[in-house]
Amino acid sequence: MAEIRKATGFIDWLDQRLAVNKFIKVMMTEYWIPKNINFLWAMGVVLMVLFMILIVSGIFLLMYYKPDIKLAFDSVNYTIMQEVEYGWLWRHIHGVSASVIFLVIYIHMFTGIYYGSYKKGREIIWLTGMALFGMFSAEAFSGYMLPWGQMSYWAAQVITNLFGGIPFIGEALVVWIRGDFLVADATLTRFFMLHVLLLPLVILLLIAVHFYSLRVPHVNNQESEEFDFEDEAKKYLDGKKVESKVVPFWPVFLSKDFFVVGVALTIFFYLVCFHYDFAMDPINFEPANNMKTPAHIYPEWYFLWSYEVLRGFFFDIAGVAAMDIGLAAFGFANVIFMLLPFLDRNTDHVAPAHKRPLFFVWFWLLLIDMIVLTVYGKLPPTGNNAWVGFGATITFLVLFILLPIITKMEANCKCHNGGCK
Amino acid sequence: MAVETSRRDFIGMAFGGFAAAGGVIALGAMKKTWDPLPSVQSAGFITVDLSSMREGEVQTIQWRGKPIFILKKSADMPKNEKRDIVAGGSRYAVMIGLCTHLGCIPTWTPSTKQFKCACHGGEFDASGVNTFGPPPRPMDIPPFKIDGAKLVLGEEGPEYKKLVPKKA
Repeated sequence: MAEIRKATGFIDWLDQRLAVNKFIKVMMTEYWIPKNINFLWAMGVVLMVLFMILIVSGIFLLMYYKPDIKLAFDSVNYTIMQEVEYGWLWRHIHGVSASVIFLVIYIHMFTGIYYGSYKKGREIIWLTGMALFGMFSAEAFSGYMLPWGQMSYWAAQVITNLFGGIPFIGEALVVWIRGDFLVADATLTRFFMLHVLLLPLVILLLIAVHFYSLRVPHVNNQESEEFDFEDEAKKYLDGKKVESKVVPFWPVFLSKDFFVVGVALTIFFYLVCFHYDFAMDPINFEPANNMKTPAHIYPEWYFLWSYEVLRGFFFDIAGVAAMDIGLAAFGFANVIFMLLPFLDRNTDHVAPAHKRPLFFVWFWLLLIDMIVLTVYGKLPPTGNNAWVGFGATITFLVLFILLPIITKMEANCKCHNGGCK
Repeated sequence: MAVETSRRDFIGMAFGGFAAAGGVIALGAMKKTWDPLPSVQSAGFITVDLSSMREGEVQTIQWRGKPIFILKKSADMPKNEKRDIVAGGSRYAVMIGLCTHLGCIPTWTPSTKQFKCACHGGEFDASGVNTFGPPPRPMDIPPFKIDGAKLVLGEEGPEYKKLVPKKA
């Protein structure tokens, strides 16, 4: 045991027992961040703040919510919304932040893709990030069904039915997941458990790994410039702050983050107070009815693109049922982003998209295609809509098949350090 | 030294073996815990009296939480020897009223004599056979038994076994 002296103060007392000074240095004051990064790099901190807001508002909702199919709808729509003081506020905060957090996750993801932050040494950051996206999707979906409204009921019916597409065990698996022949009380209570305990635990663990995995290869920057973080940190500590390319996380960088978080929270609370309804589907204010399907089922906006990929194939091709192709495409869409570091064959060259001409086109086509998928995912799948959805789905699949080819071409082009310009 | 190492290996393997066996048993218990409860599994049989139905009429009843469509076929509806149920001298189409794509409930459209699913545009004819859209197969036929002009759902009678030669 280290020698314990008489402490000079409270911090010193703690430092002798918990090494708080060392901890603060590693986590904050000597955690180095490149200077050359823009507001898009603050999305991680925005996400952290939104997640905290979700946990706090969730705790307050949890105190009045009842996970029972006879009580759930009223506990939300009557007790929480009308009886509990400020219950409406917690619900709107929870609903809006669940929706907004996906917008920020998508910005965070596409920032990473644009600047090549998933490449060479940063694969684990990308993989844990995508795992977080998957867990957040499960978290959002399991929470969506808790109010036991019509749309949440049928969303649960459809999503659990997806497992029926797995060969041989599909149908038994659906009954097992639901705990009943239909989405019923057993399903509600187990999704409640997932939403309030298991998935948040997994998310917290993944966030810790995501942050830790960032420390070793360090944060990327706008120019994707490689430099020695230790040398730059030494310059900073020697007082050459202008010359150094890095700043400490605390207090310098966080001051910028606080500004971005401030702007984000302003928009967020504007939405909570004046436009909370965008995160609330009107059909969900009708209690669940297992004998009546709503005329048109669609998920929340953040799942629309993959939903459209699922239903993009509406006719059989070469004897394979449309549903099976759709399921396969849906599975593809949900794992393909995970594989991005390995699909990009230009492994040695980290650069932002505007310095990689072919990749630049690919990036914007992908983004536009996902917006098209999102818009058409909301529209009824009839007539021309079905064909646009089909085209956009094919485009999505083709883009990912092309990615290894165009990045290999880029890697083979020796001009401009593989940047091919 | 060699003896020491192999003894430690044995302890390690024995511990690993016990832990693995315990893990498998625990997983089995977890699997069983999520299975439907006995009260759910034994959801009762339902008897439906068909004699009061009119021709061309669709009746929806609930069985094991699922909607069951019963359509008394009129003369102008095509027969389907593989799916039709004959009871009391009349033809009926009986099916689980869930779209075989993702499980939404299609609605009966009397004018076109079709079941249409609003979710993804699937269409089924009066016999419950998929005619358009993503549904991969006709609507499923629930296990039934014919008792005169009555239909017993939940029990596999000879007529059911004839329609569904083998069910996976």
